Amino acid sequence: MATEAKTAEEQDENPLAEGLERLPIHPTTLTIFGATGDLAKRKLLPALYNLAHEGALPERFNLIGCSRTEYSDDEFRVLAKESIEEFSRRKTDDKVLAALVEGIRYVTGSADDPEVYEQLEKVTAELDEEAGIDFNRIYYLSTAPSLFPVIVGQLGERGLDHHEGSEVRVVIEKPIGTNLREAKELNAAVLDVLDEDQAFRIDHYLGKETVQNVMAFRFANGLFEPIWNRNFIDSVQITAAEDIGIGSRAGYYDTSGAVRDLVQNHMLQLLCLLCMEPPVNFSADEVRDEKVKVLHAINPPELSEVPEMAVRAQYAAGVAGGEEVAGYLDEEDVPKDSHTETFAALRLEVDNWRWAGVPIYLRAGKRLARKITEIAITLKPVPHLAFKQDGGSVGVQPNQIVLTVQPNEGASISLGAKIPGTRMRIRPVNMEFLYGTAFMSESPEAYERLIMDAMRGDATLFTRDDEVEAQWTIIDPILEAWAGDDGDVAQYEAGSEGPEEADAILRPGHRWRQI
Amino acid sequence: MGTSDGVWSAQDTKPSEIEEALRDLLRQRHEESDAFVPARVLNLVVVTDREWRGEVQNRLDRVGRFHASRTILCAVEPRRETIDAFATVTATEGDDVKPEELSVGQEEVILDIGERHLEALQTIVDPLVVTDLATLVWAPHGHSKAVDALMDIAQIVLLDSVNEPDPTSAVKRAKELAERAYVVDLAWLRTTPWRERVASTFDPPQWRGELSKVSAVTVRHRPDSAIAGLLFVGWLATRLGWQTSSMVNQNGSKQGSASSRRQDVKLRLEPDPSMNAPGLAGITLETASGTSISLDRGPGGLTARRTDRKGHEWEWTVMGASRGESGILGEGIRQALLRDHTYGPALAAAEQMMS
Repeated sequence: MATEAKTAEEQDENPLAEGLERLPIHPTTLTIFGATGDLAKRKLLPALYNLAHEGALPERFNLIGCSRTEYSDDEFRVLAKESIEEFSRRKTDDKVLAALVEGIRYVTGSADDPEVYEQLEKVTAELDEEAGIDFNRIYYLSTAPSLFPVIVGQLGERGLDHHEGSEVRVVIEKPIGTNLREAKELNAAVLDVLDEDQAFRIDHYLGKETVQNVMAFRFANGLFEPIWNRNFIDSVQITAAEDIGIGSRAGYYDTSGAVRDLVQNHMLQLLCLLCMEPPVNFSADEVRDEKVKVLHAINPPELSEVPEMAVRAQYAAGVAGGEEVAGYLDEEDVPKDSHTETFAALRLEVDNWRWAGVPIYLRAGKRLARKITEIAITLKPVPHLAFKQDGGSVGVQPNQIVLTVQPNEGASISLGAKIPGTRMRIRPVNMEFLYGTAFMSESPEAYERLIMDAMRGDATLFTRDDEVEAQWTIIDPILEAWAGDDGDVAQYEAGSEGPEEADAILRPGHRWRQI
Repeated sequence: MGTSDGVWSAQDTKPSEIEEALRDLLRQRHEESDAFVPARVLNLVVVTDREWRGEVQNRLDRVGRFHASRTILCAVEPRRETIDAFATVTATEGDDVKPEELSVGQEEVILDIGERHLEALQTIVDPLVVTDLATLVWAPHGHSKAVDALMDIAQIVLLDSVNEPDPTSAVKRAKELAERAYVVDLAWLRTTPWRERVASTFDPPQWRGELSKVSAVTVRHRPDSAIAGLLFVGWLATRLGWQTSSMVNQNGSKQGSASSRRQDVKLRLEPDPSMNAPGLAGITLETASGTSISLDRGPGGLTARRTDRKGHEWEWTVMGASRGESGILGEGIRQALLRDHTYGPALAAAEQMMS
């Protein structure tokens, strides 16, 4: 039959890919450094299994584990199988699991040992040889951050950073440094070996469906864009509250704190998605260019300005979820004189045409009243109110648009509505859209999405070097000011809404939303 | 999943009473729990014989997450004069719902109706569907009269072309329905993994050129699933710009050819009696340059074999779990809210091959 389809020769695109939900991915060999670590066992290996289960991995796929722990191929296969069975989000299918695990290879050795890379080169070459094709190579650095430059350097030394006939990419876990200087050093070390388009810096928050939906919400609905500016928006609050404490993570958390753990990366990403201009298209660099512009429009505070725009605090003993819980300084392995913040609140401003003068409040903390991550946009009040503000109602309130990232993913808009009765009394009501009620599909784990994107070479949801550095440029002065302040850190009761001191950074007439 | 039900039933009832009862059930649910929120995704209207009602309910129970938010199951008894109805509002609860999470509810209405109700079935069902949600109609055991009646209120029809008596009537019925609604065909969805894998095989730039050299396509299928094979070949033909012509029956298989720009392409559909599940058992693509690629069902996914012109052979597993028939049905419900623009052309090519 005659069709309008061009022949394969006439097309640059794969004509068979049209209309498929799952687009083809080039055959790939994925090497995980730190393959016996917690992240690999809990997240990466289960994510790979779930992709295999759904038929979403490349048609040909090899997995190599690499770690200091001495294992044979078979021993690592057992570990991988057990990890997948324990942590997979779905019950495993024995046959698919067997098919995934049976081909896994393992290389033992220290990240700074050149022999490891010699061995990796040998194994990847063997896999190419056996298949008769050149697999793309992805190196996933799931190790201590101090090893990132070591591994990238060794890949370069051995010539594994490029391969004739296929793509080589390196996925780097967070944190990208603990301050601007370290971030720059790491970026320089990485880009000394790799091109930027080979570096995939993970912020797993961006892999969450609801975070991506901020873009869909803004740019797929004509309803919001006309009011998405300083003329209509009064203020923005971004909250990432957790109800849990630090658990057994004192070693990590006390050297990190709320700002490094959540604000510098996840919350600034949310801010960027909320404030960026519409990209020309959704290609990686177009989206990231717009995000970087937002970060550049935020003036880093002078050290002397920090107390006016940032507050830190630690949780004290209190009651959370009906149980008495210890304060931060009484948690196991936390130094008694620790100044590490478990709560941080910041007021930032994006100084550009769209946002000038609109305060953007960020708030993150542990052991707060409940777990919630949300973006709340408060609109300016209507210019003239024809209704009387008495009569026993709470009256007309400014509209709010709330995008909830977790746990009840969705969006709500508060509207003023007439209370039924003979008098014109107004109170706010909510118009809600909830993901769980409107879609049948189960959202994939963030790591599944991000691993897929790395294999596809789509860096849209990964952080670019200038983006990371722009984030640290904003955060560095705050951390520096706090590091130079030996005074007492404010306290808040565990299970509460956070410290009263956080009110000090609010502009007149503003208040924190209830967590 | 832990669930609880609000239940209402009545004999010799009418749609307005059922609709009112549903509203009452939802109101009760809201009063019982602040966390209750009714799902609002899709209406599903199922028409089946009374004797198959349980089987259909079992199939729907097994579709996993892909439940319609409101299901209206019309069970037809030949000589029934009145309508009996049974309505439930089900919500997740207990250990499955954390304190801060939602309890998402689904509604189901079972209508026992007579054959006399089918001709104007839309007047019974219309008051019961959630306004502004898309409505999907599925009649797994025929009842084309009922489906036709529901076309005024439905936007999507779910069908399984494999259930039609032969490929010719399957294509005819799908074409008829496609003129009035968006069609989700389970026979087509059974070919999805095969289409994805063939697309992947030829995706590397060095192999993409082989697409224009394809000289033979063989599709192996369960004996009742020739239509799935036809749709697969139709898809290849339309995507690659082949001119297809009629196929002929020969020793139990169907054979034909298509013309590509470079050469003729031999087409062959072979029944495989060893296949248990409906759908495809395997495919083989050969090229004029002497290579061949085949995919066959195997443990943990599809077993792929590639042979080059020198006779070198590679074999590997393309991983993926079998979706099973319940998974296929769930996928059909999910696809109701998506749009696949490649099915229509594939169906048209299949029609041409059966002419």
